[in-house]
Amino acid sequence: MPSDPTASAPRQSRRLTFDWVDIAFRAALPVMAMLAALLIGAVMLLFLKANPFEAYAAMLNGVFGSVSGITQSLVKATPLLLVGLGICIAFRASVINIGAEGQIIAGALMATWFSLQFRAWPGWLLLPTTMMMGFIGGAVWGFIPGILKARLDVNEILSTVMMNAIAVQLMNLMIRSLLMDPAGVTAGTYLAQSERLPEQVWLPRLVPQTSLHAGAIIAVVLAVVVYIFLWRTTIGYRIRAVGLNPDAARYAGIRVPVYQALSLTLAGGFAGLAGVVEVIGVQHRLLEGITSGYGFSGIVAALFGGLHPLGLIPASWLFGSLLVGADKMQRAVQVPSALVDTMMGLVVLFVVGSALWSRRWAMRREIAVSKSAEVKL
Amino acid sequence: MTDIFRLPVVIGILVSAIRLATPYLYAAVGEAFAQTSGVVNLGVDGIMLVGAYAAFFVALTTGNLWLGVLAAMFVGLLMGLLMSVISVTLKAEQGISGIGLYMFGLGLSSVLFKVTIGTVKTVVGFQSVKLPLLGDIPVIGEIFFRQSLPVYGAFLLVPLAWWFMEKTTWGLRIKAVGQNPAAADSLGVSVDKVRYFSVCLGSVLAGLAGASLSIALVNLFQENLTAGQGFIAVALVYFGGWRPLGIMGGALLFSIVNAFQLWMQVLGVRIPSDVAVMLPYLLTIAALAVTVNRARQPAALNKPFERGEN
Repeated sequence: MPSDPTASAPRQSRRLTFDWVDIAFRAALPVMAMLAALLIGAVMLLFLKANPFEAYAAMLNGVFGSVSGITQSLVKATPLLLVGLGICIAFRASVINIGAEGQIIAGALMATWFSLQFRAWPGWLLLPTTMMMGFIGGAVWGFIPGILKARLDVNEILSTVMMNAIAVQLMNLMIRSLLMDPAGVTAGTYLAQSERLPEQVWLPRLVPQTSLHAGAIIAVVLAVVVYIFLWRTTIGYRIRAVGLNPDAARYAGIRVPVYQALSLTLAGGFAGLAGVVEVIGVQHRLLEGITSGYGFSGIVAALFGGLHPLGLIPASWLFGSLLVGADKMQRAVQVPSALVDTMMGLVVLFVVGSALWSRRWAMRREIAVSKSAEVKL
Repeated sequence: MTDIFRLPVVIGILVSAIRLATPYLYAAVGEAFAQTSGVVNLGVDGIMLVGAYAAFFVALTTGNLWLGVLAAMFVGLLMGLLMSVISVTLKAEQGISGIGLYMFGLGLSSVLFKVTIGTVKTVVGFQSVKLPLLGDIPVIGEIFFRQSLPVYGAFLLVPLAWWFMEKTTWGLRIKAVGQNPAAADSLGVSVDKVRYFSVCLGSVLAGLAGASLSIALVNLFQENLTAGQGFIAVALVYFGGWRPLGIMGGALLFSIVNAFQLWMQVLGVRIPSDVAVMLPYLLTIAALAVTVNRARQPAALNKPFERGEN
């Protein structure tokens, strides 16, 4: 957790070695949180008069029983990973970004407008610029609460929640006016969605006949980039220093508000990319509900992955699978898929609730490590 | 535009504003208790949803509105206990545990709604009660004294909360724990106990806020009925400087803007509804930027208390 100065202190000095016992312990806590949530989910299933074994079997089979199940889970994991990377950056700076929903929309909106505006451009030019514009759109949506926090000390949790609501209305307005599908207008249906994006901006499919697109690879590459950024660059180091101990960072000459605003801006950018990927990889147009709640489930994935970009890769796949599995479960045993939202909420509660133990563990371990170092001396 | 400023319309806007302020008042005053003790409970929206569902379901099946209110308070208490265990006993990061509680409440109320009710149904909610004498005052009576009981309750809660915070020992303890938990602890006040109490009290009120929505204001339940009202309630606590009266001012301001945009749509003023819906949120951000009175913020807000840490 970001507010935990003792946890990564011993690891700082030995940057290139991995403390496997430590990693195992840190991985075990979220797994146990997940098991606890699944257990409570099973009790709820019993109350809903469904057989939990049957329900979970339907879930597993739905996800891992077919190529389409696996690819669908990867398609859902992609925006989770991108959102989660942003959440990592923000939470590492002790900035609680609840605004990913709005930032996804801002990115999707920007990408849609841009690619339609410049539809004449060839793909090699339009695709990267569209992604860039989406990143910028989300970044702007993160920058506003960021600068409000830095300059006026406005609580970012609240401002990002408000920005979410504003983004939803902005998107609704745009897909009913400027960006409305002309085909819907001529047909008289007036569907609240944008025109189909030009085909050269669509992300290529990785597996034919499935929806798995190249965005998954981009997301994984970016996870590595964010890892390098946070742990191997000065700016990344400062962002983490601000999160670990703002007072110490201030004494060290780091301008804390600047780095908090920066982390929120970057977080917005990555969420914006998630919006782009949904638009150019999955839907190929902008429509209502484009976020699918990834802005919140991305937080869960990020916490589950220990707020670590590399830990996020398996974590987002897990939650992508859970989302797909919930749909399959709904069909198989007629239990609302919203049950998964409930379980995700519990996972969050259990993961942050267990941070106390991981903090105490880290402290004990630090003492043990320093004692063994003394013996060697 | 001229229509908007005619007296019946102005009265209509104010009557709606008073009604609309009700859930915000319950939720925000409740949140103020939790925050004064040092705990930010961001799960208010989730608690409101579960409370709204419980009140609606009980009212629908038993036909008794008061049983619905009780049910909402009870589930609010349970949610408050959950939040307290995570945030007080286990000392979790409060902003995140609140989001967890929100997701839990959102998911739970959706699941229960789909399984037990399924389609949109309505109940006959609390009817407006015209107060004797006061209700007959022209204009004023029409605006303030012909509302339903939960609305009166919300506005009564404001002086009550003020009295509780300022004039009772318990209020003093809550403030002490929020300002300087270590000092309160050394004087024999149990920090955890006071925080449990405050968070649970706030959550019961959040449950009531949900009930006031589902069985007094809109008289129905649907998925995500609150649509983020709980988060706005949290913002109102900051806006109101942690004082009940300030919170009431904020809630009224917000609700007047909201009522104004609703009436503009009713009267067919040509402004896109999306922009109109956006207005209150923009106002909230602006209000947060301009008004926050840092001096009033409880010093130990958002800080879990551990003995011997300082």
